[in-house]
Amino acid sequence: MSAVTTELELIAELVPEGARVLDLGCGNGELLAHLQQTKGCTGYGVEINDDNVLACARRGVNVVQLNLEDGLALFEDRSFDVVLQLQTLQHLKNTEKMLRETARVGRIGIVSFPNFAHWPNRLSVLQGRMPVTKTLPYEWYDTPNIRVGTHADFEVLARRNGLQILDSFGFHGGRAVRHWPNLLASVAVFKFERR
Amino acid sequence: MGSIGQVSPQKMLFEAALPLQSGAQLAGYELMFETYGTLNAQRSNAVLVCHALNASHHVAGTYAGQDKSEGWWDNLVGPGKPLDTNRFFVIGVNNLGSCFGSTGPMHTNPATGQPWGADFPVMTVEDWVDAQARLLDRLGIAQLAAVLGGSLGGMQALSWTLRHPERVRECIAVATAPNLSAQNIAFNEVARRAIITDPDFHGGHFYAHGVVPKRGLRVARMIGHITYLSDDSMEEKFGRELRAAELGYSTQDIEFQIESYLRYQGDKFSEYFDANTYLLITRALDYFDPARAHGGDLSAAFAAATGKRFTVISFTTDWRFSPARSREIVKALVDNRIDVSYAEIAAPHGHDAFLLEDPRYHGVLRATFDRIAAGLTR
Repeated sequence: MSAVTTELELIAELVPEGARVLDLGCGNGELLAHLQQTKGCTGYGVEINDDNVLACARRGVNVVQLNLEDGLALFEDRSFDVVLQLQTLQHLKNTEKMLRETARVGRIGIVSFPNFAHWPNRLSVLQGRMPVTKTLPYEWYDTPNIRVGTHADFEVLARRNGLQILDSFGFHGGRAVRHWPNLLASVAVFKFERR
Repeated sequence: MGSIGQVSPQKMLFEAALPLQSGAQLAGYELMFETYGTLNAQRSNAVLVCHALNASHHVAGTYAGQDKSEGWWDNLVGPGKPLDTNRFFVIGVNNLGSCFGSTGPMHTNPATGQPWGADFPVMTVEDWVDAQARLLDRLGIAQLAAVLGGSLGGMQALSWTLRHPERVRECIAVATAPNLSAQNIAFNEVARRAIITDPDFHGGHFYAHGVVPKRGLRVARMIGHITYLSDDSMEEKFGRELRAAELGYSTQDIEFQIESYLRYQGDKFSEYFDANTYLLITRALDYFDPARAHGGDLSAAFAAATGKRFTVISFTTDWRFSPARSREIVKALVDNRIDVSYAEIAAPHGHDAFLLEDPRYHGVLRATFDRIAAGLTR
């Protein structure tokens, strides 16, 4: 994978053709629309923000306005082929519960989140300051990222919850990072299933 | 973006009897309706708008020579509005048993030559939908681009997808529920008892006595009105504001502005609404429960709607038809893998919000109808 890509395209590659997809924190519906158009996927997005719900409606993407903190009672066990949870886990109070819910509702879960162990972040902390980077553009006092974790941390959390990691890598600078992702990537990506 | 302008209602006579859910039949009836916009050559751009408790076929526009005669959903329906009459052929129908021109309890019972009164057959949401379908037959519309309704109108919109799924492509159900809760039925029952125990009600045959059970209607409307508003909006509008500068120390006179408002609403309502219609329509609300025929399994009920596309909208402060009830509908649709979008609008106005012009709410409706319109020309 040498060509520069976007996180969206990279994630889309992990989703099988024709999959039934639930996209938790689907934003403006861009990824779902992309999956529908290029891979014949179907499914729903879940989003809390009014503007994003409207953007999804304008795109013609199915969107359900819900607060993820309230859980996924609307969705039955294993009712989706793939559940996506991209750049949302770090905003949730009930991170672990949501991860379990993701694994319950889908056959496969795919999550991504900012990797706090990326080397510039480590350097920043060594210098005594919390990192402010392209991936983590917020100051410590106004960040929506209330969960601060690393690529390596997620492996522990996944094991704790009986999740089998099918694939994991980092993403940085428009490329997948497969060597030392905990050090060299600003974003962590995991694909897993329930054991 | 303007008003549709002057409109006029039409009436259509149906001679064939309508079989009802109760097992009875309504032998011959008339439906009042209005249409706006133009039916396209493919007859594919029709949108049916279903009305709630006290509304009618007069959805949009005004009547010639009548001040303040805007239709009840005029802010939504018109040229350039979210439900754009430049693109859609919009139909509003007054339901059977109502009191705005369609056959109802005030009309003559052909069997007796007297007004139907309390003998008018009990109507259900399903009966209304069947009557609406017959109107579409006569208008030459095989399939609706969409059916839209709020509250009781939303129940009709949902029912369309279950009773006549082949005749509707999209359903937009706003501020509604898959059935009424015990609390909701309780409110309806208080309203009904207020009417029935009014000495002027005469068992529903008050027309012959030349009276109207206005006291009952007033109380019924007051109760209803409380449930359409949120606690916050009532607080903001009235608070504990007094009508006079000082307390009057009276148990029967109006002291607080909220009392004055409710009495005014009750008075106004009792001038134009029929008491038997109120009983019939609240019963139709009580009875609606598509899951009932499936052992209470709403998902099983909505299997019939497979292939349709839904938009469900609720309002956070609506405690009469709360977001939780809309989520039940969404879950039943998701369980059947049916296309659905759900918006939960943080509007402060309670149940009434569905008739108001919140930009987030109307934004979602506009986006939905834009998408439907785009599909028409494809």
